[in-house]
Amino acid sequence: MSLLKISNLHAGYGQMSILKGVDMALEAGEIGVIVGPNGAGKSTTLKAIFGMLNITEGSIEFDGEDITGIRSEALAAHRIAFVPQENNVFHTLTVHENLEMGAYIRRDDFSRVMDHVYEIFPPLKEKRRQPAGELSGGQRQMVAFGRALMIEPKLILLDEPTAGLSPMFMSQIFDRVIAINKTGVTVAMVEQNAKQALAIAHKGFVLANGANSFTDTGRNLLENPEVAKSFLGG
Amino acid sequence: MNDLVFFINKGLLSGMIIGSIYAMGAIGVTMIFGILRFAHFAHGDMMTLGAFVTLIIAALLASAGVVLPCPIAFAAIIPAMAVTAVLAIGLDRIFYKPLRNAGARPVVLVMASVGVTLMLQGLIRLFAGVRARDMFIDQPKDIFQIPFPGATRAVILTEPQIVLIGFTVVAVLALHLFLTRSRLGKAMRAVSDNPELARITGINTNHVVWATWIIGGGLACAAGSLLSMDVTLKPDLSFNILLPIFAATIVGGIGQPYGAIAGGFLVGFCETLAVFNWSVLLRPIKDSLWFELPRNMALVPTEYKLMVPFLILIIVLIYRPTGIFRGRVL
Ligand SMILES: Nc1ncnc2c1ncn2[C@@H]1O[C@H](COP(=O)(O)OP(=O)(O)OP(=O)(O)O)[C@@H](O)[C@H]1O
Ligand SMILES: [Mg+2]
Repeated sequence: MSLLKISNLHAGYGQMSILKGVDMALEAGEIGVIVGPNGAGKSTTLKAIFGMLNITEGSIEFDGEDITGIRSEALAAHRIAFVPQENNVFHTLTVHENLEMGAYIRRDDFSRVMDHVYEIFPPLKEKRRQPAGELSGGQRQMVAFGRALMIEPKLILLDEPTAGLSPMFMSQIFDRVIAINKTGVTVAMVEQNAKQALAIAHKGFVLANGANSFTDTGRNLLENPEVAKSFLGG
Repeated sequence: MNDLVFFINKGLLSGMIIGSIYAMGAIGVTMIFGILRFAHFAHGDMMTLGAFVTLIIAALLASAGVVLPCPIAFAAIIPAMAVTAVLAIGLDRIFYKPLRNAGARPVVLVMASVGVTLMLQGLIRLFAGVRARDMFIDQPKDIFQIPFPGATRAVILTEPQIVLIGFTVVAVLALHLFLTRSRLGKAMRAVSDNPELARITGINTNHVVWATWIIGGGLACAAGSLLSMDVTLKPDLSFNILLPIFAATIVGGIGQPYGAIAGGFLVGFCETLAVFNWSVLLRPIKDSLWFELPRNMALVPTEYKLMVPFLILIIVLIYRPTGIFRGRVL
């Protein structure tokens, strides 16, 4: 049974429909990568999973439970975390407070997870007393990522975690994604750096105009000449 | 020396007292704006409402035969704050929450709060009439004369003024600790910073909204009660304080609790210093002045006091539109 199963999803902003039949299935422990041109509906798909959109048709199942159209606030309790593409940190809160907010729903002792996050992202430890808004773009991405890890998610949704980062930072983030995935966390990730992302993906989804145009394993998509021609720049 | 004491009484102390009232009102307005994103025009009448709740509880306690070493109204403020907080949450439930849930734009909520203000004014007049009341129902208020070295006049402070200043200090410290140390306080700052991300993170917005009304309603009740103890309780209490409170909120930076405190005191001091008769202070050196000292030399005649917050507001909006503490731009 899939951990995340999206079937024939139709959704949009208000009356405007954007997604016109997205299908996606991820097994527990997999990395799924969503690629596609700008405006294809990649971010919209993640937002739809996270209860931020009007779903008109189709369903979303998580761990055997129907979570279609659930309120955003309720998803953390299902141990699903989401790092949006933009505005993904609390600018006026310190780095440490951002992480604490990530653990808002936890009433148990989460200091161990906190230490772990500081271990994965050493620059954050140094800047823990600084407002997150004063950090560099790459460091803010780390805060956002770290915040999402605080609930020890079963599934983490990442929207372009490497956007605007230098190639070195980018491979660092990919390394972290792989490392976190190794600890058993299922990852669904949108990426513009399609080649590198598909290379680490168990499953890949190419979206265009609000629907899947290709669905396969990461490797097969990379080797598919049609995908290469239309999305990966030859 | 006597003139200096006069300045302390009429300038500094008055400024501090009215500044405390404005600060406590502005904290509520600014937090409601930060969390719920609308200007709560009913805040002034929430203060009046709170003061009446205090009076009612004091009267109930007095008729139950309770005798306290302090005037009974002081003791009544604490339960009255709780009652006003509950009333504030109730008003939110009935009038603002349905609009929020329907996705109404902020201006609709502002209009709703104007409606709530009219309704509260009507209800208060309906049940309490229009006459002024004395909050000290069991014993007269004590007035303290603190001798000032080298002066025959004394620094004058009344009982409610001392309580007000003490209360403001405690409230500001408590608010600071709450916002920086407690889980819910940090969550309030998170919602004010980025509501969408706060929801994604799993922060319970309902709890945050409740906390906002509890703080806003509680402080409004305390400020309204202490203000009407300092003078008298009138149903139109809110009329003269709503504008300065909004000025303080904007001057301090919208959505910034510390800014609201700074803005409240700034507006309070400016107001009293603007209507202060400066010729009193200049009289000792009148011979060395190049002009004839008028009898009354206030910057603004008392009747036009309400103009001062407006003026500060205009100056701030021109030179620093985000306010002292860099709040939101409207
Ligand atoms: N808040 C919104 N309200 C209305 N329409 C929106 C909104 N956000 C996105 N859209 C529309 O939805 C479509 C898909 O946008 P989406 O953000 O999902 O694209 P994307 O695949 O993530 O693109 P990118 O690679 O640029 O991030 C676009 O046509 C966009 O105009
Ligand atoms: Mg996107």
